[in-house]
Amino acid sequence: MPAQTIKSRPVYGTLSPQAGKSHLFVADAEGGSAILDLARQAPEGFFGAAHIMFIPGRTGDSLLAALKALKPAQYYEGPSIAAAIPRLKQTLATAHMGLRIYLSGTEGLIGQAMQAALESGIDHTSIQTEHRGSLARRVQCVHCKGITEDVTTQPATCAHCGLLLLVRDHYSRRIAAFQGVCINAEDPTEIPQKEEMFR
Amino acid sequence: MGINFRKETFRDDFTFRNSPEFVRRFPFPFHEDAYMYAVNIEPHVPGPEGSVLENLIDVDEHYVAEMEDRALVLAEDPLRCQSLPHMTLAGWDLLELLMTEQANGYPEHFSLSRDGDRWRWINRPLGIDDTFTFGDVSTLPYGPMEYITRQSQGDFCILDQRDGNLWMDAGMVTTQADWSLDFDIGMNFFEWHAPVPLAHEKGIFTRALKFLTNIQQGKPARRLNWTMTINPRLDTSPENYHKWGTDRMTVTPENVGDKVHLRVELQSFWRLPRSNALVFPIRCYLIKMDELVTSPKWARRLHRVLRDLPQELADYKGLTRYRPTVVEWLSKHDDGAPTSAGFGPD
Repeated sequence: MPAQTIKSRPVYGTLSPQAGKSHLFVADAEGGSAILDLARQAPEGFFGAAHIMFIPGRTGDSLLAALKALKPAQYYEGPSIAAAIPRLKQTLATAHMGLRIYLSGTEGLIGQAMQAALESGIDHTSIQTEHRGSLARRVQCVHCKGITEDVTTQPATCAHCGLLLLVRDHYSRRIAAFQGVCINAEDPTEIPQKEEMFR
Repeated sequence: MGINFRKETFRDDFTFRNSPEFVRRFPFPFHEDAYMYAVNIEPHVPGPEGSVLENLIDVDEHYVAEMEDRALVLAEDPLRCQSLPHMTLAGWDLLELLMTEQANGYPEHFSLSRDGDRWRWINRPLGIDDTFTFGDVSTLPYGPMEYITRQSQGDFCILDQRDGNLWMDAGMVTTQADWSLDFDIGMNFFEWHAPVPLAHEKGIFTRALKFLTNIQQGKPARRLNWTMTINPRLDTSPENYHKWGTDRMTVTPENVGDKVHLRVELQSFWRLPRSNALVFPIRCYLIKMDELVTSPKWARRLHRVLRDLPQELADYKGLTRYRPTVVEWLSKHDDGAPTSAGFGPD
């Protein structure tokens, strides 16, 4: 689990069933197993009022049968986070009071789903989160503003403008990204080696 | 007698400089020969005539040139001025505060007349004479915060107060010491200060937040902060860091006096009446080393502060590459004599 290094860096907890009228789960990859772990402590009939949105990613088919066996009222499998976002936004826009939100998986998934929830007026502290799986980061280049997904190295190359970026721990919930700042701005002839830091 | 506004630039040919009387009034930030973070907040009350505190919103000889530089920054990057939707009322509050303070402090340059909600604002240095309806956004060429902060020196952050915290929900930030409004907008007090080293552990931000959330209308407070800048560049934004970062490689023993600047922020904190938001004007003052050493006390003291600054702070402030060169240059202006207490130049 990622440790809190600085105060803007998100920290995550462990999903647990909350009292509520309905439950929205958004998970990717190993985040699916966090839903299965929660299910072991959930009261009878809990998933009868649940909507699971799952992006299997590198876990492939391994969690699908178990998730479907929870018999959620609605079940969705998506090929990518980006593909799932319109459905998530629609779900949030039409949600009623008493909806509880549970996010699990990569930081990119948690961050982007939380961003959609914030935009629909939900307070971030009311959302349950659990990090599982990859430590890959979503990084916004402070220079060109482009976002690079699944960053695993330090430094990293901006996928938009090509600058070599120091990936900071400074994080914006509004942008759902860590900040990337040119690492060799003072002396462009310095080219630090990339290291796999966020696997 | 009005201010003689300088024609000068903060980019390209860098013609910025301070007149001798403005060197004397520079807000030197060190009251002793060493520096460490502290909650150095005090009431923002008027200070001596001729000082930067004579008026609570200071206008100086760089006003027109700074406003021209701000317009250039905004044309290149409109994201430097942002306001979340719930902050418009606070923008009107800020417009009232800045118009009132500037008109009261500098009646030869600014005037404000009000007839109910119909206001007329005259800004002579910038050639503006606008009549508008207070509270009606459609009667101004920009939103109220952008309109007035295009006519006021310094950066401005407007903070919403809720849940016992302060939230960076609007701002005009074009002269910043390397932080991004676009990235930090919407963050709370602890989050936007997250990258600052050492201060969290010392409990600085917890105490500062407690103080700030209790600021009352009509009782503003202030503090000084500082860093250094190579060339008199106002726009040392992270957005453009890849363009100005190489400046830090250009410091040599021969050019320290002209190229290296002490950059002081006079931060003040004001409660706004209608919105209950807080506004932080962050006013930036620059002084060249050549100008600074015309005060022997300041020269001695800055030499000692820079020489003894903890490495984490030097790194955070971006001084690492050129600090040794500047310390060496300043050492020639430090004969080891004791310095008197207080900020003044002697």
